[in-house]
Amino acid sequence: MPESIILLDAQTIRRALTRIAHEIAERNETDQDVVLMGIPEGGVPLAQRLSGLLQEIWGHPVPVGTLDVSMHRDDLGQRAAPTVHPTVVPFDVTGKTVVLVDDVLFSGRTTRAAMDALNDFGRPRKIQLAVLVDRGHRELPIKADFVGKNVPTSPAEKVHVRVSQPGTQDEVVLERK
Amino acid sequence: MEGKPILQCSISRMTWNRKHLLDIESLGPEDIVTVLDTARAFKAVGERAIKKVPALRGKTVVNLFVEPSTRTRISFELAEQRLSADIINFTAEASSLKKGETLKDTARNLEALNADFIVIRHSASGAPHFLSRVLNASVINAGDGAHEHPTQALLDAFTIREKKGRIEGLNVTILGDILYSRVARSDIWALTKMGAKVTLCGPATLVPRTFEKMGCRVTHNVEEAIRDADIINLLRIQHERQRKTMFPSIGEYTTLFGLTKARLAKTKPDALIMHPGPINRGVEIDSEIADCGRSLILEQVTNGLAVRMAVLFLVNGGKGPQEIAAG
Repeated sequence: MPESIILLDAQTIRRALTRIAHEIAERNETDQDVVLMGIPEGGVPLAQRLSGLLQEIWGHPVPVGTLDVSMHRDDLGQRAAPTVHPTVVPFDVTGKTVVLVDDVLFSGRTTRAAMDALNDFGRPRKIQLAVLVDRGHRELPIKADFVGKNVPTSPAEKVHVRVSQPGTQDEVVLERK
Repeated sequence: MEGKPILQCSISRMTWNRKHLLDIESLGPEDIVTVLDTARAFKAVGERAIKKVPALRGKTVVNLFVEPSTRTRISFELAEQRLSADIINFTAEASSLKKGETLKDTARNLEALNADFIVIRHSASGAPHFLSRVLNASVINAGDGAHEHPTQALLDAFTIREKKGRIEGLNVTILGDILYSRVARSDIWALTKMGAKVTLCGPATLVPRTFEKMGCRVTHNVEEAIRDADIINLLRIQHERQRKTMFPSIGEYTTLFGLTKARLAKTKPDALIMHPGPINRGVEIDSEIADCGRSLILEQVTNGLAVRMAVLFLVNGGKGPQEIAAG
C-alpha cells in the first residue's frame, strides 16, 4: 500500500508563492523586463499564480508563457515519447529576465531541457528558476533561485503537486511505495 | 489568474507504445488522437523563427522510396531535418534495386549502417510490414501499393479536426478513384475510427460496393454524395495504376464526377474541400475551386509536415518503457 503524506496544504502553498513573488521582486529591480515561463504541466498554473502576485507588488501585469521541454529532453528514444504540450511565448525573450517556473526540482534534466528550448526563442539577459518543491537528487549542476520548500526524499518516493486543479484543494503530497 | 485560455493545456495523457507506423487499420482511436495532439505542438514549431528541435539528434533516417514520390518524400525529409536527424535518401532509379538486389538485402545493408528509422514507399502492398519483421529499425509506411498511406490519413484527420473542431459526427465524402487509392483506404480507417460518417463516390468500376464492409456508404451519384458533406475529399484519378477500361474517358469522368462550381453551389456553405495532391486541374476539380477559400489543399501540405514530425517523434519512443521520468 502506498503511504501518502501531505507536505504542503493550500494555505502553506499560498504563503510559499507569496514569499517567492517577493523574492523575485527583490532580486529583479528592473521589473519591466521580467517575464515568467511555466513548464508543463505543473509549472503552468504556478507561473500564472506568481504573475498575479507580482502584479500586486509591481502594479503592472507580468507576462506569462508556457515552455514545453519534451522535444529537448535527453532521454528521448530511451522511453515512451512524452506528452507534448503547446508552447506559448507571447513576447520576445531577448534581453528579458526569464523566470522558469516548475513544480518539482528533481534531477535537473527538465531545467536543462528548458534552457535549451528557451534558446530557440531568443537570448534572454538572465534565466532564473523558481520551484515549489526541491526534492534533491540532482544529476546536473543546477540550482533553483527561488524555492517554496526543500523536501528530503528518497528516489523511490513520488511528489505530487496539485495547484489550481478543478475540484481539488491545492496540496503537495509525498507518496511512499 | 484564471481566464487565460491560451495557456491552458487540455491534452490527454499519451498512450503511444508503437515502434512502427505501418497502417491505420491496427491503430486505436486513442493512438490517432495522440498523433494529432502531438502534431499540434510540432505545427507550432514550424511557425517559430528557429524551426528545428533536437529530438532526433544523432539518429539516422533512411528514406527508401522504391516508388517515385515528390511531395511525400520532401515532406518526410523536411520533417526529419527539423528533428535534427541525419538523412540518407535512397531512390529506386539510382540504386542497387535496379541491379537485382532484393528489398530485404537492400534494407539490411541500410541497417548495417545503423539506420534507426526506415521510411518506405513501395509499389507492393505489405512491403513495410515485411521490413518491420526482418529489421530492428523503426519502419514508417510512406505508401505501399494500393494498401495504405497512413501519414496522409493522419494529416487529413488533423486538418479536419483543426478546421471543424472535431471529427466525430461529420459527414466526409471521398470522391474519385477509391479502388486504387491507398489514401482512400487509410482515410476510411482513420475517419471511421474517429467517428465520422464516410461516403464514397465515383464510377462504379472504381468504387465497388465491397467498401461498405469498411463501414462506409457507397453511392455513384455525385450530387447526392456531396449534398450533406462537411468535408469533400477529392482523389486524383491515378492514370499510372489503372487499366484503360475503368471508365470511358477523362472528359466523361469530369462531366459525371468532377467537382464543378455548379456542383459546389449545391453543397453546405461551410463544406470544405480537400485533396492529397497532385491535383489535376479541370479533371477532378475546377481550377477556380482549387484556389478558393474553401480549399484546404495547401494547409494539408503544411499539416503533413507537422504530422510526420509527430510520427517520427512518437515511434522514436516506441521502444522504451512507459514510465516517465520526473525531472
